[in-house]
Amino acid sequence: MTETKSRRASWLALLLILLFWAAVILLDQIIKPTDKLYMLLTVLQKGSVYALAAVSMNLLNGYTGLFSLGHAGFMLVGAYTYAIFTIPSTARDTVYQYYNAAIRVSFPEIFSGALGGFGTVLGVALAVILAGLMAAILAYLIGLPVLRLKSDYLAIATLGFAEIVRAVFQWSKLGPITNGSNLLKSFARTSTFKLSIGEMSISLSTFVPVLIATLSITVIVLIVNSTYGRAFKAIRDDEVAAEAMGINLARHKMLSFVTSSFFAGVAGATMAMVLSIAQANNFKSAMTYEILLMVVLGGIGSISGSVMGSMLFVAASEWWLRGLDSGRFLGINAPGVFRNGFRLVVFSVVIMIVVLFFRKGIMGERELPDLFRKRKKPAVKEATE
Amino acid sequence: MSEKRQILKVENVTMQFGGVVAVNDLNLEVEEGEIVAIIGPNGAGKTTAFNVITGVYAPSNGRVYFDEKCVVENHPHGKQKKLYMGENADAYSRVLEPTPDQLTKLGMARTFQNIRLWKSMTVFDNVLIAKHLHRSSNLFTAAFRGNRKEEQRQRQEVDELLEVVGLTDVRDELATSLPYGKQRRLEIARALAANPKLLLLDEPAAGMNPQETQELTRFIGEIRDRFQVTILLIEHHMDLVMDISDRIYVLDFGKLIAQGTPAEIQSNEKVIDAYLGVVDDAENT
Repeated sequence: MTETKSRRASWLALLLILLFWAAVILLDQIIKPTDKLYMLLTVLQKGSVYALAAVSMNLLNGYTGLFSLGHAGFMLVGAYTYAIFTIPSTARDTVYQYYNAAIRVSFPEIFSGALGGFGTVLGVALAVILAGLMAAILAYLIGLPVLRLKSDYLAIATLGFAEIVRAVFQWSKLGPITNGSNLLKSFARTSTFKLSIGEMSISLSTFVPVLIATLSITVIVLIVNSTYGRAFKAIRDDEVAAEAMGINLARHKMLSFVTSSFFAGVAGATMAMVLSIAQANNFKSAMTYEILLMVVLGGIGSISGSVMGSMLFVAASEWWLRGLDSGRFLGINAPGVFRNGFRLVVFSVVIMIVVLFFRKGIMGERELPDLFRKRKKPAVKEATE
Repeated sequence: MSEKRQILKVENVTMQFGGVVAVNDLNLEVEEGEIVAIIGPNGAGKTTAFNVITGVYAPSNGRVYFDEKCVVENHPHGKQKKLYMGENADAYSRVLEPTPDQLTKLGMARTFQNIRLWKSMTVFDNVLIAKHLHRSSNLFTAAFRGNRKEEQRQRQEVDELLEVVGLTDVRDELATSLPYGKQRRLEIARALAANPKLLLLDEPAAGMNPQETQELTRFIGEIRDRFQVTILLIEHHMDLVMDISDRIYVLDFGKLIAQGTPAEIQSNEKVIDAYLGVVDDAENT
């Protein structure tokens, strides 16, 4: 690819992202909670959280070829870290009603004292980054023994560690930090984020998760297209050849694992922000499977595929197929059939169809721009043959 | 004339798998700028020797020097001590088992008997990844394009290399879509991209017809002259071996049975008995 061409592509990508952000902010102002379309905002919020989680899982499973199932565990660490460090001091004692809260720091409060509104933003941002770092540190420790394993064994080991993490966070002895099996709440959440310009107040409740997700996914895209990303792909394609060509397997697998977990932690923090609670019980292995499903639906090894997969998944489960649970779907009124749980039945059938007929997912290994580029290729090939 | 630098020296290397001694007390030396071939019947331990030299296996006993430094050393210890059936069991005492990537960093690069290209990547990317080991960037600087200059230089080098090996026209094709001969060529190009001092080719002409073999023979000679690289190769095509090798080592049942120039090897009784006799027949037909 020539230099000018790739530069033009990056400018175009930047422009599209900015337009998307503007559209999200605009939608957030227009759509009222009572509107039917309000579901769209929910989907955008949750969808971007899951998109980030799926893309970070794809970095590990799709690009490095390490089949890990510990994602929910790292998201949990991220969610808790974020929650603990953003609970305001006034709410702390009600949240930790059964324990004596050990960590008495709230980042947004520290910084808002000196810097006002900007300080709050800075505090939240720092808490999100810290959430990622905690998940990354945990990943490093778990990775030391676990990354020696391959394929299914690695999957089982990481799955086990994720469950251990969940159990530890619910342990009553750690109550002063994690609040035991009770939930954490009252911390900085998306619905409170507003931008006030004079009289006007602009709600950012959808924009913030979208912003975090797009920034993080952009970084992952940059990593994937860098020399390290190529090394990861080499490990996935042929480990023996990769090692023979001077790629340090242990180091690169660890890098991929830690980076992936960092962004899983960020996704966890964002999830806490969106749901406005953090509870260990939500981060069961079922969540990992959901994310894996999104990755597979979108196409293993495709970042735009993962984003589409998670948006579609969230839209289907939260919005389009909701009617199947509540008696009325596509205008058909049949409360006898369409009742609680029927949605999941339909959902499983849809997934089975996708897996059977679109084996490589929506995108396969292609990215969104490839769809516009590839058209010309076959013609050139015919000419040379 | 001064003594030439010794690029590779294998000293008393024995490789034992369970009760099978695949390589037994192997000694060989390769000097800078030479093309050296290892030949021998199937199962003689040629590829095993390669795998020991490149760090895929740690030898049961023996030492490997690369560029006049000891890089691999092992001796029978632990459970191996009782089971060891080779010679020189007490000659060494250190354990030095580098991983293949560390040896590649020192300046060794290899190709594989059964082609091992990265399947999902283009020809260009396959070669570009070999440049990864000479990076100066870490994950952060690479992600935020702090290594732009280095990356540009590497891409240019790869393009030049592809030009030299004649793969420019298939630059953006998937590696696995190439015809067999070109895949072999690509694997050699990938190894060269790592800027090795020693290039190890494991049966580069396997599965090639006579014409392709001839092309490859010329190609290997060109590489040596152009990249100033020393070459150690395993091969069954005797035309190729006799044509380009400066010296030949012959292995049979893991033991070295002869060494010398192609002319010496061709007239060596032992070698004809063990191996070459078959080739003579083939040549007469």
